[in-house]
Amino acid sequence: MTSLPVLNPNFPFAATSFDDMLAAHDMKLRARSVETLQINVGKLCNQACKHCHVDASPLRTEIMTKETVELVIDAIRRFRFHTVDITGGAPELNPSFRYLVGEARVLGSHVIVRHNLTVMFEPGQFDLPDFFREHGVEVVSSLPYFLEERTDAQRGRGVFQKSIEALRRLNVVGYGIEGSNLILSLVYNPVGAFLPPPQASIEADFKRELQARYGVTFNQLYTITNMPIKRFLDYLRRSGNEERYLRKLVEAFNPRAVEGLMCRSLVSVDWTGRLYDCDFNQMLELGVDPELPQSLVDFDPEKFAARRIMTGAHCFGCTAGSGSSCGGSLLS
Amino acid sequence: MAYYDEQDLNRFSEIGNHKPELFEKFMAWYQACQEEGALTRREKSLIGLAVAHAIQCPYCIDSYSQSCLESGSNLEQMTEAIHMASAIRGGASLIHGLQAHNSVNKVSM
Repeated sequence: MTSLPVLNPNFPFAATSFDDMLAAHDMKLRARSVETLQINVGKLCNQACKHCHVDASPLRTEIMTKETVELVIDAIRRFRFHTVDITGGAPELNPSFRYLVGEARVLGSHVIVRHNLTVMFEPGQFDLPDFFREHGVEVVSSLPYFLEERTDAQRGRGVFQKSIEALRRLNVVGYGIEGSNLILSLVYNPVGAFLPPPQASIEADFKRELQARYGVTFNQLYTITNMPIKRFLDYLRRSGNEERYLRKLVEAFNPRAVEGLMCRSLVSVDWTGRLYDCDFNQMLELGVDPELPQSLVDFDPEKFAARRIMTGAHCFGCTAGSGSSCGGSLLS
Repeated sequence: MAYYDEQDLNRFSEIGNHKPELFEKFMAWYQACQEEGALTRREKSLIGLAVAHAIQCPYCIDSYSQSCLESGSNLEQMTEAIHMASAIRGGASLIHGLQAHNSVNKVSM
């Protein structure tokens, strides 16, 4: 396992922490509800992308056990989360992945799978498009750019062509096809140390170019800001971009983005069953408010609904410009 | 002393330490020009990049390269904009060749 850097709580040049910045705008960050349970089922992935905040790769062994999956399903049964958002690593590589999806759907949750496309070509995964369709899963897939060179620069050589083939297979079963109700969303994130462009503008480019070049269609594009965590922070340091990028995040702080922050409506659980305010905090091992239960087994929706959110310098990544979340830009 | 320092871009506002009223007027105008209007932010960023190359300002080139990326342009599109600026610059030099021709013709039999 690699040893990757961690940000200072205060950026070296910033006069304020994230909480101080909120206070300067007369704001406090508290949850407003828990509508989504985001489940990270493990760090094992068939790819090792350069920007990955999880530091996921084929070498990682942290993976949610069947016993913990049962605890998660029990929590879904008891608390009836509106949405179950499954991520990793490549979540499909967890042996209990399909069981989890099936049970969550039976229990009535809307299920989102953060699917990296190329995992479809791993042994035993060829039928994923049919599996997703049969269970009415919303598929959210990373494709950082519509040009091969840019995508491969971030996600590894050959990933772009495989991703296009995977998108075609998803289209064939109805994903991303108008009127099918099978939602295929793509995720753009910058291939480098800069902020994403306006979501609507780059979505139009993706739709036009992917259709014209490859005959591929999809429903919507989410833009997500690269977080200065793990591999991306390591890249920033190695490339001499750290201070400039972090300054950019702070200077682009947008108080209007705070209202819609994803931590205000979700709770994140890791492969061991521990709770966090988001997947980024999870990777930094920054648990929920110490006064709250730390494990999903002890989860109490009333205590979590208006909880204080734990913050760090990385939070500036979600409030920069138009804002950023697992569901893309927070403002139009 | 280096003539150009990357860090100076972040110190731009120090120009306003003297004659601040002029700097404030400049900033108000500059920022109003950046707003999305009849032209999109992406189009304005590409114009900014092209002009930055025409005037060969390293601060502007750096700044508008970032601005182009963050408004959704890619390197192919940015390079086309740079070629436009360069071609117009080249053409502007070349058409002055007629001045030279005129000058030569005036004194020639």
